Amino acid sequence: MDKPQAWVPTDPRSRPSQSQVVAGLKGVDAGGPELVQLLTPEGERVPDERFDRYADVSLDELKSLYRDLVLVRRADREGNSLQRQGELGIWVPLLGQEAAQVGSGRALRPTDMCFPSYREHGVAWCRGVDPAELLGIFRGTDHGSWDFTGKRFHPYTIVIGNQCLNAAGYAMGQRFESKVGDPDTGEATICYFGDGATSQGDVHEGFVWAAAYDAPLVFFCQNNQWAISVPLNRQTRVPLYQRARGYGFPGVRVDGNDVLACLAVTRWALEECRTGNGPVLIEAFTYRMDAHTTSDDATRYRLAGEVELWKLKDPIERVRVHLARRHGVEPEFFDGVEAEANELGERLRAFCRAMAQPGPERMFSEVYADPSPQVEAERAEYLAYHASFVDGEG
Amino acid sequence: MATTLAKALNDGLRAAMERDPKVLVMGEDVGRLGGVFRITDGLQKDFGEQRVLDTPLSESGIIGAAVGLAVRGFRPVCEIQFDGFVFPGFDQIVSQLAKLRYRTQGAVPVPVVVRIPFGGGIGAVEHHSESPESLFAHVAGLKVVACSNPADAYWMIQQAILTDDPVIFFEPKRRYWEKGEVEADLDAAPPLHSARVVRAGSTLTVATYGPMVKTCLDAATAAAEDGHELEVVDLRSLSPLDLEPVAESVRRTGHLVVVSEAPSEASITAEVAARIQQECFFSLEAPVLRVTGFDTPYPPSRLEDDYLPDLDRVLDAVDRSLAW
Repeated sequence: MDKPQAWVPTDPRSRPSQSQVVAGLKGVDAGGPELVQLLTPEGERVPDERFDRYADVSLDELKSLYRDLVLVRRADREGNSLQRQGELGIWVPLLGQEAAQVGSGRALRPTDMCFPSYREHGVAWCRGVDPAELLGIFRGTDHGSWDFTGKRFHPYTIVIGNQCLNAAGYAMGQRFESKVGDPDTGEATICYFGDGATSQGDVHEGFVWAAAYDAPLVFFCQNNQWAISVPLNRQTRVPLYQRARGYGFPGVRVDGNDVLACLAVTRWALEECRTGNGPVLIEAFTYRMDAHTTSDDATRYRLAGEVELWKLKDPIERVRVHLARRHGVEPEFFDGVEAEANELGERLRAFCRAMAQPGPERMFSEVYADPSPQVEAERAEYLAYHASFVDGEG
Repeated sequence: MATTLAKALNDGLRAAMERDPKVLVMGEDVGRLGGVFRITDGLQKDFGEQRVLDTPLSESGIIGAAVGLAVRGFRPVCEIQFDGFVFPGFDQIVSQLAKLRYRTQGAVPVPVVVRIPFGGGIGAVEHHSESPESLFAHVAGLKVVACSNPADAYWMIQQAILTDDPVIFFEPKRRYWEKGEVEADLDAAPPLHSARVVRAGSTLTVATYGPMVKTCLDAATAAAEDGHELEVVDLRSLSPLDLEPVAESVRRTGHLVVVSEAPSEASITAEVAARIQQECFFSLEAPVLRVTGFDTPYPPSRLEDDYLPDLDRVLDAVDRSLAW
């Protein structure tokens, strides 16, 4: 890993130089020799002895991956725009992380379980969750409304790292129910978190628990280099994938901007879990091209040059170049996907603006399975108060 | 049959595990050792390591994994060894356990029970004698109960496991070894979230829960010698509170003393006092008085006889209320 030189204040009179300040702020842009990559930023397919057999996709599948990448990016950009237009309270952009999410998400089977953080709009897409169903969280009409159990896509988890333990428990349950052991019928769980989350106790505990119970759990860390304004080197002294070794399971660093590599490595990891060799840690080495959320100002803490560098590694462009040059895919295909993306954007925009304001009764619903007299009394009192206004519109 | 509160809990857990194969017991040392208080004694031997889990030393892990297991369809019963150790797991309790049902509008219930031995009086070192129940009662989405005797312990643990809501289950650790009769009939057991009059009286109402129930009953016996008939109400459920038995009693007696080991500020006793003055303002002949631990960290154990409410402090409050 290209580790910036840290400034160590050995002498209390010393001050960091300007270059040391810049180095300390800088994210990491080189994945190092361990990086698994199947598709270069120039769109060249490169062989990989270990993972090639998991990357065996037809041209149609490759085109389908490209379509997913484009549509997911379009949905994300629409979310960002809707926030800027005041339609959403906040948006959490995934720009730049499409390949990590689509590649890993497409590796899952319907019977697998997925525990996302809050930026996994692309994984949601792969689980069959309509992007429109994500909007309520950010518009403030609900906390998530998709079919959590049917889609096997857990609610977004906003407290950093909590989901790693929830996923560990779920995967323990899969093992307890003997759903592990057969590569064809075995189940696995995948859990998403970021580089910042790796400093949280729950992620550490999740690693310990998954290892102690041989849980069929893939920890999928999207290392996007920044935890809001804090760079990777404030979270770790070693590359994140190497941490797995300390817990006794394998860790792999994959090019998170390479959808094919992400697909292949995740397929391998899930197979390990299904057959009883889990858990596994995947570090998807990527970059957050936009701000942390729409409330963040990334220009305050990172340099434009760094962002420009990562633009050259764009996860969509390399697939497009590969499809066109290697497979001779015609422009009509790309135009068609773009038209579809625009339709999706329009649909999301119309859906968002038409979303109904929840009634006040929503506030009191499903707090408990066995109704609480306290909540029931508050509900009755408030709804009566609400109805006491002349037009019933408190 | 007379049994200890500890054995009643053990029997209750066993009955729940026999009834439903999805019930798991998990925590540090709950397996081979049977728990530091031996509440889970023998369960691993009979139900196996997959249903009685000796977990890593990791409170956030215990609760967080239990949430995941519950999402998968299990009904985990977590043991936290001592009250003061629950805080590393507090985030998971507050952020996930309490809110997942609401977040998903009922689609993902989390039937998890968190057992916490609580309160002082056993001469332990720091962090082993706390009363954090008010912190949990303040969190919407959780149900909080405290047992005080073997019969309640036996039934309440089973009822807590049967409910689809997360339940924080407080056990009065200094009463673990006290004996009482346990009825064998589930229908005879009162509902989980109901208070109960444990001694009838007409002079003054005492509302309390957990380890203080016995202290208050002893105080009532002593007060009877002075001609004061105290009515003692065991709250049993701290969230939701079942206040009607307390209110009904106060309407007759006109006097209320609320007793708990926990510090007084922003506590269960404060909640009872506030709501009773709201409900029973015209029936009260004296302000609601409280007898509690102090608003200090739990002291070194050589001082806990000063810290913990005892019979004399309860009687002093009774005298002050009646003299108003």
